[in-house]
Amino acid sequence: MSSMVSSLANQFRTCGVTGLKVDRTAENLIKINAVVAVVCLLIGVLAAIGLVLTRWQAVHLLDPVMFYRFLTAHGLNMLIFFIIFFEMAVLYFAGPVMLSCRLPAPKLGWTSFILMLLGMIIVNYTVAVGQADVLFTSYPPLKAHPLYYLGIILFAVGALIVCGLFFATLVVAKKEKTYEGQIPLVTFGGLTAAIIAVITLLHGAAIYIPTFLWSLDLMAMDPQLYRLIFWGLGHSSQQINVAAMVSIWYLLAALTVGGVVLNEKVSRMAFVLYILFISMASAHHLLVDPGFGAAWKVWNTSYAMYLAVLASMIHGFTVPAGIEMGQRLNGFTKGVFGWLKNAPWSDPGFSGMVLSVVIFGFMGGITGVTIGTEQINILAHNTLRIPGHFHVTVVGGTALAFMAVTYYVLPLIFQKRVAFWGLAKIQPYIFAGGISVMGMAMTFQGIFGVPRRHFDITSAGAPFSPEFHPAVNLLQAVMGVAGLVAAVGVLAFIAIAVVTVFFGKKMTASDIEAKASGIPQGVLRLPKQQYTASEVEAVHNAGGARGTMVLVGIFLVCFVAYYFVNWKMLSFLWKIG
Amino acid sequence: MKEDLHSSLVSPKGNWWLPIGKQEKKWVTIAFVWCMILFFMMPFWHIKGGQNPSGIRSKVEASAFQARVDQFIQDYQVGEEKGIPVVAPPAGSHIYMAGRMWSWYPVLKLQKGAEYTLHLSSLDVNHGFSLHPVNVNFQVVPGYDYGLKIVPNTTGDFKILCNEFCGVGHHLMVGKVIVEEAADE
Repeated sequence: MSSMVSSLANQFRTCGVTGLKVDRTAENLIKINAVVAVVCLLIGVLAAIGLVLTRWQAVHLLDPVMFYRFLTAHGLNMLIFFIIFFEMAVLYFAGPVMLSCRLPAPKLGWTSFILMLLGMIIVNYTVAVGQADVLFTSYPPLKAHPLYYLGIILFAVGALIVCGLFFATLVVAKKEKTYEGQIPLVTFGGLTAAIIAVITLLHGAAIYIPTFLWSLDLMAMDPQLYRLIFWGLGHSSQQINVAAMVSIWYLLAALTVGGVVLNEKVSRMAFVLYILFISMASAHHLLVDPGFGAAWKVWNTSYAMYLAVLASMIHGFTVPAGIEMGQRLNGFTKGVFGWLKNAPWSDPGFSGMVLSVVIFGFMGGITGVTIGTEQINILAHNTLRIPGHFHVTVVGGTALAFMAVTYYVLPLIFQKRVAFWGLAKIQPYIFAGGISVMGMAMTFQGIFGVPRRHFDITSAGAPFSPEFHPAVNLLQAVMGVAGLVAAVGVLAFIAIAVVTVFFGKKMTASDIEAKASGIPQGVLRLPKQQYTASEVEAVHNAGGARGTMVLVGIFLVCFVAYYFVNWKMLSFLWKIG
Repeated sequence: MKEDLHSSLVSPKGNWWLPIGKQEKKWVTIAFVWCMILFFMMPFWHIKGGQNPSGIRSKVEASAFQARVDQFIQDYQVGEEKGIPVVAPPAGSHIYMAGRMWSWYPVLKLQKGAEYTLHLSSLDVNHGFSLHPVNVNFQVVPGYDYGLKIVPNTTGDFKILCNEFCGVGHHLMVGKVIVEEAADE
């Protein structure tokens, strides 16, 4: 353990828990990116409180100008800045740290960080002063100040450099033989995220650079073409999140309960399917657009016959099954669900990860595939079903996974004991409860036709007034209360993270021996990471991952039911075509 | 005899391209079959279903679309409501609806069970055509004409909300479609 306090002059320290050699520059870049990510999360959640209290018509807090300005700030800080800063930290972890390798070109790492920080500040400034009330999507001909587009470009260039550094790390690690055999699955998932990030950011360059020139009146911009290429950025960036999130699921399964990889081939193939097909999802936003024909829509919206959905369904099995096998290998063999009952539910790293899997799969996956069906999209396009869907994928899935892994990053990277440990143990439950109920309330409002991104659905002052089903009032109250609960969950997370980083107690070897509070159980005692063939054989003979088989069966039934109910609803509409 | 297993943190060494386990294989097969069903539902609905977003799609300048709307109103106007022309086109005709900041123009009066080709376009920024309470939603993009065959199957007053953000008056953009029983002839 004395290595933990080894002198700063050394390029590496050795982690006392995992035994990994940690490059100090990589470690510092993980810290700074994570800290800025949390700052963006704070801006995003403060905006969210204003939004939820305005959409809840009984409260209707903001005026229309501020509502759309808050909405712009919320979308950008959550979907772009918080998530991508955090993903940069994930890449520095999955590369140099996981492979015990030095970070090549450390100065470039800092340069890219400064570019991203500058871009983030410029964008937030132009939004705050009212020069970019164009929402996250900034569809032309709506126009923002040129600085807004420039800020996004700077941010994207910075992120692109970090991806380059990650690839360079893989090359250096291979050359300097810092690991044997293949890269671990977590790093493979990180590589997937980095490759998708490059595809995404190139789309970003292809759209934001022309749009920047358009904002300076230097060229023309076709609104439909913009929507096509913008969503090559906008949707694909969510697939970086998916790949990063799934990697974190695997990582936390290993750290918390010694979860295994059932089959390296299958899990890696599933990641490859993401790379191959996931950028086709731009089409999800264009299903009821005039610019594209039916064949194009059907082929692209389905990621070439749902092969990326297949990938998610594979991870949705292999992650829980890996956890089940890990638990059974560790002796929790009783019944079908004994492994679940005896899981470390008070470890926020574990509970957050499991809730992320459940919310992303059951709610996010099922709603997403359904509304992304070409014809069903007629029922769903631009209604609250869309944000209802992505608040249970990006927020209940990705953001929750990021929170869960933070409870391990704080002790392992920052080497601090987690502050407010009692609060930390329940934080994932508060947040997951709030966000999933809010997501459902939004989805059901959307089914009643309530539009997204709308200041006032009573349309006071309009020539005609729409009438909504009376249930919408109740659903709005549910959305409002659940949204506030989710916001409390985020604020609790921010308080825990900030106090730990800046004022937290240093974690020492004796703290681990004494099982001091603020240290997750996986850090106190790292579970076994390798199991022998005879141990595996015994678990297989006892029924393998039979609990997971039951769970995925329930999942499939829900999926089939929800999907066909939507076709039925569609068949009641006017004939259209 | 089974193989050794390890976690996602461990580098696989030697041969890791191993046969898939029984349970995993079963799930991957089921998932693949379900994905194929998901896919084939869409072409199937194009053949058998009554709701498809295909339409007749073409490019159109805002001024040209405005001219078609004006001609349409001139041909079939039957009244005015809240300063907006009310237009009652004959069954089977091409009908036009323009979105602009922040109104839908004109008001349509249609017959139940009759087929029309509804042309949607925008005269300024992106708008969203959202018909209430039936909940039919289409994107309205400036420079593009989206011609959709529609057959109203219910009578009554329907409202058109804009559901694509189009500026600070977005929530004021509400239009109207009236559907009446077909006149006996």
